[in-house]
Parts: sequence; C-alpha cells; structure tokens
Amino acid sequence: MFYRESGQYKTTYESDQAIFPIREDRIGIAIIMAMALITPFIASEFILASIMIPFLILALGTIGLNVLTGYAGQLSLGTGAFMGAGAYACYKLATIFPDINIVVLILLSGVFSAGVGILFGLPSLRIKGLYLAVTTLAAQFFLEWCFIRIPWLYNYNASGAIEVPERRGFGDLILTGPSATATTRYYVVLAIVVVVTLVVKNLVRGRIGRQWMMIRDMDIAAELMGVRPLWAKLSAFAVSSYLAGVAGAMFVFFYLGAAEPSSFGISLSFQVLFMAILGGLGSLVGSFFGAAFIWILPIALRVGLPAVGVDVGAEIIFQIAQMAVGALIIFFLIAEPHGLARLWAIGKEKLRVWPFPYA
Amino acid sequence: MNARIQHVELHAADDGLKPGDVMLNIENVSLSFGGVKAITDISFDIRKGEIRAIIGPNGAGKTSMLNVINGFYHPQQGTITFRGQARSRMQPHEAALSGIARTFQNVALFKGMSTLDNIMSGRTLKMNTNFFWQMLHVGPARNEEIAHRLKVEEIIDFLEIQAIRKTPVGKLPYGLQKRVELGRALAMEPDLLLLDEPMAGMNLEEKEDMSRFILDVNSQMGTTIALIEHDMGVVMDISDRVVVLDYGRKIGDGTPGEVKANQDVIDAYLGVSH
Ligand SMILES: Nc1ncnc2c1ncn2[C@@H]1O[C@H](COP(=O)(O)OP(=O)(O)OP(=O)(O)O)[C@@H](O)[C@H]1O
Ligand SMILES: [Mg+2]
Repeated sequence: MFYRESGQYKTTYESDQAIFPIREDRIGIAIIMAMALITPFIASEFILASIMIPFLILALGTIGLNVLTGYAGQLSLGTGAFMGAGAYACYKLATIFPDINIVVLILLSGVFSAGVGILFGLPSLRIKGLYLAVTTLAAQFFLEWCFIRIPWLYNYNASGAIEVPERRGFGDLILTGPSATATTRYYVVLAIVVVVTLVVKNLVRGRIGRQWMMIRDMDIAAELMGVRPLWAKLSAFAVSSYLAGVAGAMFVFFYLGAAEPSSFGISLSFQVLFMAILGGLGSLVGSFFGAAFIWILPIALRVGLPAVGVDVGAEIIFQIAQMAVGALIIFFLIAEPHGLARLWAIGKEKLRVWPFPYA
Repeated sequence: MNARIQHVELHAADDGLKPGDVMLNIENVSLSFGGVKAITDISFDIRKGEIRAIIGPNGAGKTSMLNVINGFYHPQQGTITFRGQARSRMQPHEAALSGIARTFQNVALFKGMSTLDNIMSGRTLKMNTNFFWQMLHVGPARNEEIAHRLKVEEIIDFLEIQAIRKTPVGKLPYGLQKRVELGRALAMEPDLLLLDEPMAGMNLEEKEDMSRFILDVNSQMGTTIALIEHDMGVVMDISDRVVVLDYGRKIGDGTPGEVKANQDVIDAYLGVSH
C-alpha cells in the first residue's frame, strides 16, 4: 500500500484543516485505536498494569510539559510537583466527596494543579529560559515540602503516604483501590488519555495554540500581532499543569495505588522532560513515542537480556538503561532536536515520494 | 477564482478620515538610550492613504522611529497623535488593536510555523471564540477558523505564494520570507502599515515584485504605508512624500522631488563633514 497524498484532493478548507487530513493517517489511527481496545484480551496482567497503564499516564504528563515547553517555549523542571499537586488534590477530593465518580474527581483535580501552575508561572512574565527553569525548580521543592509538611494533605496518616481508597462507578464497577482489575483501570486511563489528547490537539491547532507558538518563536512580533504575553504564557502554564495534574492523579489512583512525597520528586520531573525531548518538543504524537521509549526500554532490557542469555542482574540492567537513555538524549539534542517525532515525519515524507527519492 | 484574486476584499477600516487627512502626527519626539540620542526633536505626519518613506543613512534613527510609533519604545519627550487621539505609553498589542501593523528589518517570522500559520497568526485579534469552543474545535471555533482561512488564502493568492503554503518558514529563502512577513502584516488588515526595509537583500526582480505589492496594497486595500528603504530608486518611484533623518534629526521632508533637491539631504548622503 502506498502512503500518498496525491489523488486526495481537498475541495474545502474544512477538509484541509481536519485533524488527520491524509487518508492513510486516518486508517493508521483507526488501527492503533483498535489495537489499544483489544490489548486487554491479548496482553498479560503484567503488560497491562506495569507497561501500558503507566505508559499512557506518563504520555499525558509529557503532553502537559510539551504544551508548556514545546509549544509555548517555557522551560519547566517542575512537572513532577505539578503531577503531585493533582494527585494530592484528587486524594483530598476523593476523601471529601466519596460518592462522586472518581473520573470526575480526577478531571477536577487538574483544576487545582492548574491554579498552582499559574501561580508559579507568574515569574515567566519577567524572566526567560534558564532562569525560568530555576523558578520552576523552586516550585518543585516548595510543593514537595508541602506534601511532607502539611499533614492535612495526606489525612494525617502516620505513614505520611496517601493510599488510594476503593471507589466504584459506572454501575458497580470497582475503579480504584487494591481490588480494581488491571483491565478496568486500563480502559479508564485509555479513555481519559485519548479524550484529553484530542482536546489538546484542538487547542494547539487553533488560535490558542498559535498564540503559544508565536510567543515561543518570536515574542516581540507576537506582541505586535496583538498577543498579550501575560495571557498566552499563563494559559500555557494553566493547561500544562492541568494535564500534569490529571496525569499525576491517574498515576496514583490507577498505577501506584499509594504514594508518598518522593513519588513526585525531581527525578519524575526529569523523566518527563526526557520523554518530551526524546519524543520531540512541540509534537503530541512524539509525547507518546518518548514516553513509550523511556518507560519501556528498561523493562524490555530487564526481560529481554536474560532471555538472550545475558544475565547481569537487575541493578546493572537498570543502570544500562539509564545510560542508554542519557546517551540518546545527548544524541537527539545534538543531531535531531525535534526528536523521534521528527524521524517519524521524515519517514512519512520519504514514504510519500517512494520509490523516487528525489521527487 | 480569478475574479477573487483581483478583487482582494481586504481593506483598512473606515475611520472617518478622508484620504489626505492627517492620520498620525508626531510632534517634537525625542528618544535616547542612556547617553545615546536615537531621535532628537522630530516632527512629521503621515496622511491617510499615502505612502510615506522614511530615509536616512545607517543609524539615523529610522527603525527607532517605527518602534516609537508602534509602542516598543516610549519617547522621553513629544506627543504622538493617532487618528486625532494623543496617546501615552502605548503597548505594542494596543498599537495592534488600534490598527497598526509592521514588518521588521531582520525578518521576525515565527520560525517553527508554516507560511499558512504565520499569516493566520495575523488574524489573532480578529478571532474571538472562547476557550471552550477552541477545546472542541467544532461549531463557532471551526467556522471561525475556516472564515479566517479564506481571508488568509486571499492574501496568499495576492502575494503569489500558494506553493509554499505549508512550508515551514525557516526553510524559505530570504526574499520569500520577507514576502510572508508582509502577508502576516496584511492579515491584520491594518490602517497603518509600517515596513522596515522590505526590500533589503533582494535582487532586482524581487524588488520589483515587492514594489508592486506595496503599491497594490496601498491602492486596492486603501492602506496607509510608512516605509523605510535604502534603495533611492524605489523610494523616489513609489512614495508620495519622504522624510529624511540623519543622526536622529529631521533634515528634510517633502515630495521626492523636493527632497532630492534639498542641499542638507544631498550633504548627508554624500557625507559632507558636520
Ligand atoms: N535598544 C537600543 N539600545 C541602545 N541603542 C539603540 C537601541 N536601538 C537603537 N539604538 C541606537 O539608536 C541609533 C539609531 O538606531 P536605528 O536602529 O533607529 O537606526 P536606523 O536608522 O534604523 O539604521 P539602519 O539603517 O542601520 O537600520 C543608533 O545609534 C543605535 O545604536
Ligand atoms: Mg533600521
């Protein structure tokens, strides 16, 4: 089958501006969605619970960072803390409103992290680049401090950790807590991630996304076209930390099951940043690539190396994976700053003209 | 299709001014950066419907003058009256709101975006569907996007850049980048268009094309234009009136013929010592 645009004439701007204007892309997306839907029937519990669920959640977190850094050009090292803000907000909401569907609460908890994000985004109006990154780092440490020092946030548990309560919804399905099945959790996560990603896609291809990119590419010219930097930057912080918050809430409620402040430490911030860089800044599909790569590589090595007879112990494999990711980050920063998404785009472009490379 | 290309519907807003009325009046404006005096006590006006050239040797203060007009720099002294309203400390986005657009001496396009998106960005102020519709991208948001796409396509046709519609602007040659930047400013449907050296670095044919676009914008869309340009041939050909700056001062003002005959101007350009 050919991957070709030729012959697919757009007769309206509407079809030209559609979310997937090329027919082969639409077919591809349909196939991926179908595969995502049947995964629970073919994949083991381990794959579902330890790979697919966290991968999807982290992809959403990466999309959150991508909105801020990739689209609006504001570097942030506080993603982990913003995810934590969402998680703790969701925990409190679930405590206070035990009868409301947990999916609603998760989507609501993002509103709190968005508020926190706006607050820590205020300095971006005055400072840029590395210095802004430092203020987001301050957010990271301040929020971590809050998660430890404000016992109200974890309901005064002696352990200082939050434990996910059992919540039912959609009939009497157990959605969260120790007895929720991986399949249920997977479908809920998949639904949220797909819907939210579509919404973000809509934002970035419209006026609001253009304003973010205008600020990113040339803030002086953006102002002259009538963009108010205040509004554009703070809206990027708000949307970004909303997404991070929703991802954080899901991370605890559908993956970890219990969390402590260190779950949202600086290493999570960096992990998400690496996912965004490796996947490609300013690309939504890249966020999925990046998250998949960085989440799955260590697991694949852990499972794969012993299978081919190399048995060096889990600790070493973990370190090999870390080094491989580090090396790849450096490679991509130098050779292909637009990450895996760019390789993907180049691949598609090549396919488009195949078999005539110079067409 | 051809009919639409010739009758570009874009036009400046009706502001009650008749062609020839003073649109922008600059009185005794002075601007300095620390000790550097960029502009010293300059007065001139721009009238509705004209093409007003601002010329002068390097460092004369031409770009600074445009920056003052659209709110990037705030002069220490003097008043600026736009459409009869004196303005104080205007911000760039307010200038945009009041109908002033510009291009830059060093192209300032949005490098990561396509030609289409760059020109669409000029429509920012004219788009107003709220966040909710933007999230869904249906109904009003989609209709708005399509309506503005139509306008943008008219500009793309007008500037003859259909073939690079979806190309990232960073990949375009310099001459085309300048053209896209003009398109982006035109998308704002400005009343006053400021062009900072729109033909710098172009070859003869590109200059001719650009001159044609500027004249067409002026006559078909009724846009008032202030333009900085070093190519005297172009300036004398297309402008209605010329103001000449040198070392931050105004040394000449009038029709191209008058300016050409002005002894101060001749001295400045031939480099007579001061
Ligand atoms: N932001 C600034 N800070 C300090 N000095 C400035 C600044 N902008 C302009 N100047 C100074 O003001 C003077 C006028 O500069 P301007 O850019 O307006 O000249 P110009 O007429 O546009 O010159 P050119 O033809 O080279 O573009 C110069 O001496 C310049 O160094
Ligand atoms: Mg200049």
